[in-house]
Amino acid sequence: MSDNQEKLGRRTFIVDALRVAGALGIGGAVTALAARKGHGGQMVWQLDPAKCVACGNCATYCVLDESAVKCVHSFSMCGYCDLCTGYFRPSPIALNSAAENQLCPTGAIKRTFVEDPYFEYTFDERLCIGCGKCVKGCNAFGNGSLYLQVQHDRCQHCNECAIAVACPSQAYSRVPAADPYLLKVRGQPG
Amino acid sequence: MRTVARFALIVFLLLASAAMGAERFPPPDFTDHKVPATVVPAPRAEWFQDVDLAVLVLALGLASYLAVARRSRRGLFLLAIASMLWLGFWRGGCICPVGSIQNVTLALFDPAYALPWTAAAIFALPILFTLFFGRTFCAAVCPLGAIQELVVLHPVKVPVWLDHALGLLAYVYLGAGVMFAATGTAFVICRYDPFVGFFRLGASANMLVLGACFLVVGIFVGRPYCRYLCPYGAILGLVSRCSKWAVKIPPERCIQCRLCEDACPYGAIREPTAALLPVERSHGRRRLAALLVLCPVLIGAGFWLGRQLEVPLAKLHPTVRLADRIHLEQTGRIEGTVDASDAFRNTGHSTDELYQEAVSISSRFRWAGGWFGAWVGLVVGAKLIHLSVRRRRSDYQPDRAACVSCGRCFWYCPGEQARQGWIQEIEPMAKGS
Repeated sequence: MSDNQEKLGRRTFIVDALRVAGALGIGGAVTALAARKGHGGQMVWQLDPAKCVACGNCATYCVLDESAVKCVHSFSMCGYCDLCTGYFRPSPIALNSAAENQLCPTGAIKRTFVEDPYFEYTFDERLCIGCGKCVKGCNAFGNGSLYLQVQHDRCQHCNECAIAVACPSQAYSRVPAADPYLLKVRGQPG
Repeated sequence: MRTVARFALIVFLLLASAAMGAERFPPPDFTDHKVPATVVPAPRAEWFQDVDLAVLVLALGLASYLAVARRSRRGLFLLAIASMLWLGFWRGGCICPVGSIQNVTLALFDPAYALPWTAAAIFALPILFTLFFGRTFCAAVCPLGAIQELVVLHPVKVPVWLDHALGLLAYVYLGAGVMFAATGTAFVICRYDPFVGFFRLGASANMLVLGACFLVVGIFVGRPYCRYLCPYGAILGLVSRCSKWAVKIPPERCIQCRLCEDACPYGAIREPTAALLPVERSHGRRRLAALLVLCPVLIGAGFWLGRQLEVPLAKLHPTVRLADRIHLEQTGRIEGTVDASDAFRNTGHSTDELYQEAVSISSRFRWAGGWFGAWVGLVVGAKLIHLSVRRRRSDYQPDRAACVSCGRCFWYCPGEQARQGWIQEIEPMAKGS
């Protein structure tokens, strides 16, 4: 009997040791994997404006009702055009801020006169739905100072971004959360 | 109005050929206007991630305590609801241990991807807890499990053969998830998560319908996603086999009343085995030997079959799909363009480069498909072997791999009721009564 118990005790000890070894192994392997690249920080989704074709998927495929993607304006690149092709529909009736002339479906862009012949365009972020219509217009005929970016105060950080799946130009990638925007800068390609 | 239209036309003719996004209109030098700086919203604080991890550890600890030490069905149920509200509805369900399988896989295979600490911890913590306490994560921490736990209203018994057969799907799904993550194709486990749409209160109509179907089926078949699809449940089931303090039904001795077997909606209670006749035993031994020989054959056949799947599997990769489309368009076999092919032409990259990339991805799939097929062969072989190995059981016991520690059996066990003082001490039932 005592021999049996001794055997049982030894067996339990070995199994426990294996279990602890397994736990340490799993923990160690995953830790090594996370530590391998050095930073191990959070990764978030961002779209590369150089690859973006402003197809409009950002507005519709985001899991949020109101997309996490919105338009960003690099003022330093902007030509301050009177005839802004990001602001006006093709062949507008008149170059004024009447709704029928505007490209933006929600009227999120504000046009203010600065000095002749320049106008400044600013965004009401709350109204922007990230459809990219203005981006397309600005890229086609303007300086490309308007572009889309995932807004990280809104993004849910889905493990697989639904917009990235739908993006036709594979413009989405994971970027370090410490530097989560891919902003356009004047004089830099893309 | 005419002038505007004409102006637009001239602008178009002048500039349409220019490179996209070029500086066509030099930014003006204003006399007294300051050019505003570009503002982007600051990212949300990262400490939220640490809070999530802390909540996960806390919930795992609490679930293990409630299941193993306290043996409280009510506590587990309340904790499951709390987890569903916090991790599911409040935190949006991302990132979860189920999906983190793919992050770990991607980090293994893609040198460019850095595995975040939180993803690593979220993947490892439930496995470590399961190694000691059984699947307490499934019981009351996982929001996907909790939402299904709520709808089990009229569970029916799934026939044993069907239960075993469907149970294989989870391992196949695990293999597929790992394959697509390793090849950098997609995170399919996240893409086809049926319940995350409910947590976020929004998803594509297809996924919402799928989720609703799972919930409706879940009324009759307990936790269909956990039992037959969840890849993380498959991993935890394997780990749980080696757990130290997994849930036990009777606190002391089993009186063989079979109430627990009736109470379990997940078919996880195994009945005591009868002693085998020597003839049956030798027959079983021969069958086991045959299966042990068959298993490598199954693995080999799976590997070969998987390699044949290279083309259809590779088509799921966006780059291969794009190369295919471009090829069809260029050879004139298809009319018109799509956004993806337009976007590719805009980049100015050569098609040869694209084709080469597609070929290299496709060859990756030859191996990935092979290993996936081998995995499926192994899963089938291991299942057959597992079914033909008889274990001796004298009492009704939960199958550690299938039991999600929901705690229903405690409530029904007369031994437990006596321990709680709800009923008087009970006498063991006579065998066969």
